[in-house]
Amino acid sequence: MLVDILVCVKRVPTVGGVITLTADRRAIDTKASGFTISPHEECAVEEAVRLVERFGGSVTVVSLGPVAAEEQLRACLALGANAAVLIEESDGLEVGPIATAAALAAVASPFDLVLLGNEASDTGDYQVGIRLAHLLGRPVATGIKSLSPASDGSALSASRTYRGVLETFTLPLPCVVTVKEGINLPRYPSLPGRLRAKRAPVTRLPVMPGVTGDFQMIGLRMPDAPKKQATVLGHGAAAVPALVAVLEELGVTP
Amino acid sequence: MTALCLVETEDGALTDASARALTLARDLDDSLGAIVFTDGIVSSLAAELAQYGATSLYVVPGIDGYAPQAWARALAELSQHVGASAVVAAGTEHGNEVLAHLGAITGLPMAANCVAVKPASDGPLTVTRQRWAGLLLEDAELDAPVALLTVATDAVAPVPAAAPAELQATEATQVSQAVSAADLVVRAHESATGGGGQSLSSARVVVGGGRGVGSAEAFAPLEELASLLGGVVGVSRVVTSEGWRPHTMQVGQTGTKITPDLYLACGISGAIQHFAGCAGAKHIIAINTDPSAPMMTRADYAVVGDLHEVVPALIEALRTRGT
Repeated sequence: MLVDILVCVKRVPTVGGVITLTADRRAIDTKASGFTISPHEECAVEEAVRLVERFGGSVTVVSLGPVAAEEQLRACLALGANAAVLIEESDGLEVGPIATAAALAAVASPFDLVLLGNEASDTGDYQVGIRLAHLLGRPVATGIKSLSPASDGSALSASRTYRGVLETFTLPLPCVVTVKEGINLPRYPSLPGRLRAKRAPVTRLPVMPGVTGDFQMIGLRMPDAPKKQATVLGHGAAAVPALVAVLEELGVTP
Repeated sequence: MTALCLVETEDGALTDASARALTLARDLDDSLGAIVFTDGIVSSLAAELAQYGATSLYVVPGIDGYAPQAWARALAELSQHVGASAVVAAGTEHGNEVLAHLGAITGLPMAANCVAVKPASDGPLTVTRQRWAGLLLEDAELDAPVALLTVATDAVAPVPAAAPAELQATEATQVSQAVSAADLVVRAHESATGGGGQSLSSARVVVGGGRGVGSAEAFAPLEELASLLGGVVGVSRVVTSEGWRPHTMQVGQTGTKITPDLYLACGISGAIQHFAGCAGAKHIIAINTDPSAPMMTRADYAVVGDLHEVVPALIEALRTRGT
């Protein structure tokens, strides 16, 4: 069973202790932060590399983003991806989920399996993988935490837990799967991997223009400020009587 | 005109997430139709739905089990049939998945995890939705003949309507006939996880453990405390990265979002990705050696101290109190 796998990743800011917005309130201020891909996507890359290590085939990573997203593509190459494609976003405008799915569909059709993260950590649209699957006319499962070949390699068995119930889907190949953190523990890049990634070519493609229909951002804002200062109940075990009193007040004591 | 809301049930009862979705959906239009996929009995569910303002209940039979594309196909059919102005679902794995399929089938935009919607008499809706799992909010214009939205599971409080609605229940058999064999290719085979007990997302009390717990074995007192309080244990990301507990127990942006009455966070410093998962808790108590840790300053109550000392003392006090 050989599988050619496409993994879709997105360059997003590394969010640390505090989020600051740009002056126009349309983006996170990244002057002081780095960039990364979401944990779900790190797991998607790892899953693809493991599948190819076991069954043969190839891993291609693709990102729709600015030229700077080459940094994230090279990080994926260092983890074992064989090829990288950058679909160049024009003028830094945010691309919505309908247009993103259309851009990815333009490169995805030769692949047996397309892997994505369950949702991008920045926009959290929860739909690009599904829209992509519909454009390709392929089956799709989302939020997957376990993936293995089924039916002599002509299908995949994909499962996740929802409200305490294990849901298992059988997906005939070719198909689209979005995965969640926890499906595996991603490896660290090896030194030879990093050196290889530095020299590897990244194919650049222009974004397909004119796909519309997404909802339009007006602006970003922070949720309401966190609640008032915490009430300190005390120090160490001496705080336990006060703690029990609070639990009683909340009605959660046994 | 009417809005439609996909309703999820657990043991025949309305889920908390769906109650939140109904709360937001009922203000979108003159009437509110609830849609549920089941072959089972729904009489008690009908009463619950009426309390949340639903005026119609469409029961779609004949789609055995969860099949997201088939559910979306049936929703598309029903939405067209009743001339819906909006289709709403809970921002759960199922709700987001079915509405995304509906968006793909209809070619319409879908706004996930909304916390507020401003209806307009004409022109686009203004929706406020979560980004970064709720750490940021986005205001957006949703300009579509049918507004497709899901409702954040941890932001909109579930509030029954001022007066229960008069509810008309209909079996929507013709809707399931729109479903084709291709829509049923991907369907869930369901089995028990063996975990048993209550789920993290619906637990009333969650006892959280973070780096400060220190080892896999040191979770035993937290588990004892959780069971005493009728709750479950949740963990921060570092705990799953260390392999101390499985990822299914992770609270946070890439784990589970929780909405308990009480979150008792032990030895968790409080990275913002963790807050994204526990911001829906009604009350937070933090136990930490570092009084300046973000979790300690953002909690309602804080105990400065070592959880390995405080938690056993608390268990002891709760046991003594019980006798």
